[in-house]
Amino acid sequence: MSSDRTKKTKPADHPGTLIAESIKALGSGFATTAKHLLRRPVTEQYPEQKRVLPERSRARIVLTRDPDGRERCVACYLCSAVCPVSCISMQSTGGEGGRRVAAWFRINFSRCIYCGLCEEACPTSAIQLTPDFENCRQDILEMVFEKDDLLVDHGGRDDRYCFYRHAGIATDTAGKGEHVNEQPPVDAKSNLP
Amino acid sequence: MLAWITGLIVLLVKLVVVLVALLLTAAYLVWAERKLLARLQVRLGPNRAGKFGLLQPIADMIKLLTKEDLVPESADRVIFLLAPAVVSVTALLMFAVVPFGTDITLFGRRVPLIISDINVALLLVFAFSSLGVYGVALGGWASNSKFALIGGIRGAAQMISYELPLGLSLVPVVMLARSFSLVDIVNAQNSYPFILVQPLAFAIFVISAMAESKRIPFDLPEAENELGAGFHTEYSGMRFGLFFLGEYVHMQVLGALVAVFFLGGWRGPWLPGPLWLFVKIIAVALVMIWIRGTLPRLRYDQLMAICWKVLVPAALINIILTGFVMLI
Amino acid sequence: MSVYAILFYAIAVFILASTAIAVTRRHLVHAAVFLALSFFGSAMLFYLLGAPLLAMLEVIVYVGAIMVLFLFVIMMVEVKGKDSGVLTRGQQAAAALLGIVYVAAAVMLVRAAAAGGNAALQAAVAEPAVFGEYLFRQHWLSIEIASFLLLIALMGVLHLGRDIRRRQTGKENAS
Ligand code: SF4
Ligand code: SF4
Repeated sequence: MSSDRTKKTKPADHPGTLIAESIKALGSGFATTAKHLLRRPVTEQYPEQKRVLPERSRARIVLTRDPDGRERCVACYLCSAVCPVSCISMQSTGGEGGRRVAAWFRINFSRCIYCGLCEEACPTSAIQLTPDFENCRQDILEMVFEKDDLLVDHGGRDDRYCFYRHAGIATDTAGKGEHVNEQPPVDAKSNLP
Repeated sequence: MLAWITGLIVLLVKLVVVLVALLLTAAYLVWAERKLLARLQVRLGPNRAGKFGLLQPIADMIKLLTKEDLVPESADRVIFLLAPAVVSVTALLMFAVVPFGTDITLFGRRVPLIISDINVALLLVFAFSSLGVYGVALGGWASNSKFALIGGIRGAAQMISYELPLGLSLVPVVMLARSFSLVDIVNAQNSYPFILVQPLAFAIFVISAMAESKRIPFDLPEAENELGAGFHTEYSGMRFGLFFLGEYVHMQVLGALVAVFFLGGWRGPWLPGPLWLFVKIIAVALVMIWIRGTLPRLRYDQLMAICWKVLVPAALINIILTGFVMLI
Repeated sequence: MSVYAILFYAIAVFILASTAIAVTRRHLVHAAVFLALSFFGSAMLFYLLGAPLLAMLEVIVYVGAIMVLFLFVIMMVEVKGKDSGVLTRGQQAAAALLGIVYVAAAVMLVRAAAAGGNAALQAAVAEPAVFGEYLFRQHWLSIEIASFLLLIALMGVLHLGRDIRRRQTGKENAS
């Protein structure tokens, strides 16, 4: 009865072989599904059975600290500028030793699309996305995370990286790269190695 | 008078039992379909409400009953509200003529295990299945939505086309049983089920029956990936539930009819009659679910070509052959 | 009045009412639905009068197939109900004339029946086999003629359909 379907593509075939072929095709289809019936379902029972996500999967954002335990974020606004949905806002202020810190730092997770651009833009590796995706609230305003909610007390990925050891810092006693054990800062305007 | 009243009571009891059994089976058929389909697709299916998701139908029912019953603003109100009832009522009524066992004796009275044994039972089944078209066509039209209208038109065309092979495929059965009554047809299969002598009629009947109940290879009226939900796109709450119920009751009725016409009805060794019929209905339904899990949807021209160019001629040839064999 | 008579009159009222609504509806789909209801009523009447086979055939053929086809066409072409009459003056006159003839015939029949005394309704049941045998023994010629007519109609439709398609493809080739 299903010979009709193949008739158009192969007009030269004998109807008998056509019928035999289509019955074979149907049979193989039914055999395939019947075999699937015996297989173990691949479903993961989510809340009971949580799969370990890859390290680099992108979800809840944290602000990390450098190896000395100080906040890494220097309130440079780069993450805020790059964020496609403009969900990061902050206020920079001068901190101890002439370095800048964020007076307040706020991420609105109800708008964040977890694109990871902020992490890429951050010069100090402060802002990082973690694999923790179970981050939802009944009240949408609770999705706005303040600096205290964001700060963690570890270095996240790259936990030995310290921005100031690379970039240097100007203090009252010496300029950038002039302290003990410091290299002169990279001249961004020169293309020499 | 007393006999009349007891007769009425017996009839009412039978009606209630059959109705409850049909609705319960429909609910659990939905569960079985979701479960089996899931396993065919290497999924788990519903498993949250109760053990193995066994309470899922009840949860669904509560959800459907408590949902808002929306009527689109530009819909044709009365027809819109009545159409779902047509679908489920015609499906339920078809079961009135299906025999589910031999006569039993209760309190010295012979009680036939059938709601109504009329001598045109087979035609009654067709009459109600052709009335079911109204629910689909009018429901689709009254919604006043493009998707629903296309679904309704497709449904009407498909269902009246497939009624023809459906009816013609049963002519040989009637010829063999020499009666339209389903009781007589079951009795005629005393020694062997008709599927052994009428395999072609069986194939045609099953295919057209699936098209009548709009199940998957033939689910063009509700093709969800082109028409939203087809003729019941605009329905919500329990009115959608009635369409759904109608579909699953229809599935059981078709299972029962396949059993009655080709598999010997309630006849079978060891088990009592109603149980055999139940087993056969469930078997047919499971095969339908398997088919749903395997075959893709047909294109519209294929649907019509299969009906008019394959099934109808095959059914006609089958009638002629059967008549020829019966004469010699 | 017996139960049968009560049922008879109830169904008759149902048929008359739905037919009357059907012919007065402006909206074609509503008219078709009420006409289907009236056919269904006639089927019930047939069943009551002891012709279950006819009743079922009425439902299958008229309600289940013909009215569905009507509905189908109405839904496809979406005819808006016109405010002025659908029929022309000449058609109206012809319809009125035929209506008068029907009413006259009905009145005459009722009078003739009344003259012969009030015969009680007989709840006879015609078995499908008996009915078929009667039909094919006594009226085989009319059946053959009717089926021949249908065959001719079928062929005519086929011919017309083919003709249109050929004309269309011809036009495509020409342009
Ligand atoms: S992940 Fe993307 S959207 Fe979210 S805060 Fe970072 S830049 Fe903005
Ligand atoms: S880019 Fe990094 S350092 Fe700059 S404000 Fe954002 S988190 Fe802080």
